[in-house]
Amino acid sequence: MNEETQIITLTVNGEQVSRLVAVRQHLVDFLRTELGLTGSHLGCEHGICGACSVRVDGDVLRGCLILAVQADGAEVETVEGLTESGEISDLQDNFVERGALQCGFCTPGMLITAAELLLQGTPKTRDEIREFLSGNFCRCTGYHAIIDAVETTLNQRLENSP
Amino acid sequence: MKTPKFAYVCAESVAQVLNLLSEHGDNARILAGGQSLMPTLNMRLSQPDLLIDINRLDVLKGISVEDGMVRIGALVRHAEVMRSPIVAEHLPLIAEAMPHVAHMAVRNRGTFGGSIALADPAAELPACGLALGATMVVESTRGRRKISAAEFFKGMFDTDRNPDELLIEIRIPCREPNNFSAFMELSRRQGDFAIAGVACQIGIDGDAISAAKLVYFASESRPTFAANASAAIIGKPWSAKSKSAALAALADDLDPIPSPQGSAKFKLHLQRVLTGRALDRVMERAMEPAGAA
Repeated sequence: MNEETQIITLTVNGEQVSRLVAVRQHLVDFLRTELGLTGSHLGCEHGICGACSVRVDGDVLRGCLILAVQADGAEVETVEGLTESGEISDLQDNFVERGALQCGFCTPGMLITAAELLLQGTPKTRDEIREFLSGNFCRCTGYHAIIDAVETTLNQRLENSP
Repeated sequence: MKTPKFAYVCAESVAQVLNLLSEHGDNARILAGGQSLMPTLNMRLSQPDLLIDINRLDVLKGISVEDGMVRIGALVRHAEVMRSPIVAEHLPLIAEAMPHVAHMAVRNRGTFGGSIALADPAAELPACGLALGATMVVESTRGRRKISAAEFFKGMFDTDRNPDELLIEIRIPCREPNNFSAFMELSRRQGDFAIAGVACQIGIDGDAISAAKLVYFASESRPTFAANASAAIIGKPWSAKSKSAALAALADDLDPIPSPQGSAKFKLHLQRVLTGRALDRVMERAMEPAGAA
């Protein structure tokens, strides 16, 4: 019981990995230091900024507020995984097109959070998009360009869906 | 920052949790959603010897209706409460409060029971629990007991739950047809900590208000039932006069804590503004033809 380390096995971006981890290590430190997946960023490390957002078993979560050992057996997706699968390529294109980032620190968290909104597949007002992204801080853009990019992507997907 | 060292147990049964709590008491912490515990660990505001992870205990999950009560398992995530048709139908006050509970990523992980057990003064759900007459079911190796919301919330982050007790579920009476509710909150940003807030439920009998529960949070050290303001509107039809009486009486019910967000006087003013809006909304709902909502 007093073991300070534990072996965990989980799926990260479709690949199964097994590692010995310290029980006090949170998921994003695990992803960054053990797996080299540095797309998930650590800003505040207490659940306020949203830069660490990752998808665990289909839900977007604060990666700094879940321990790596708690992800044992889980399916974890990071911005690298969403990029590789092409799930958010249209969203990423619209971020670039609209200039929805400057320093880029918040961008992975913004993309993963917006991806959850896009998956809902229902029309959203700008206020609803803003509210959905309200847990993610951006200190550069003033948010308008981010809302624009998400709105454009959502409208494009809705137009193209049967 | 990073958490201090701790031992970690992923519990496989409630009995195992209760034994560990009995052995370690206050040196152990229950890890449910972790959306408040993990920040306090990362900031080293808390240094428990042992974390008992209850996330794999399916018996603490699920929302159901039994004998006129909605039973919410302690481990039900906020997102599930928000999506629940049972909550929408039987607990409209809680359904209205849910969008104010943090942000999507936090609601996907944070738990109903965690919010109740933590008793953060700025939290929405303890206030709703008190307004709706919720009962908390806790268990230790000594047995189970039920605690009414009025007895449960004792102070800032302080409840009647003993260190060896685990919160099992919350039972909340289903809405009666003559009951109407409204929830209002003021924060700097959607999902941020509340500065002022009110949860209210009103009973209507004929054209008079027969019952009223006005409960305040964020400005007080714990969810606070405003006995004087509530009494000011009971036993008569709704009118501008009884609204003013309730707003005036609020000064005797509340003792707002000054903070960088505002003085005690300012917070009392905010609570009065919210009260006026909440009562207007609840009476609009009471006067809507049945089924129109």
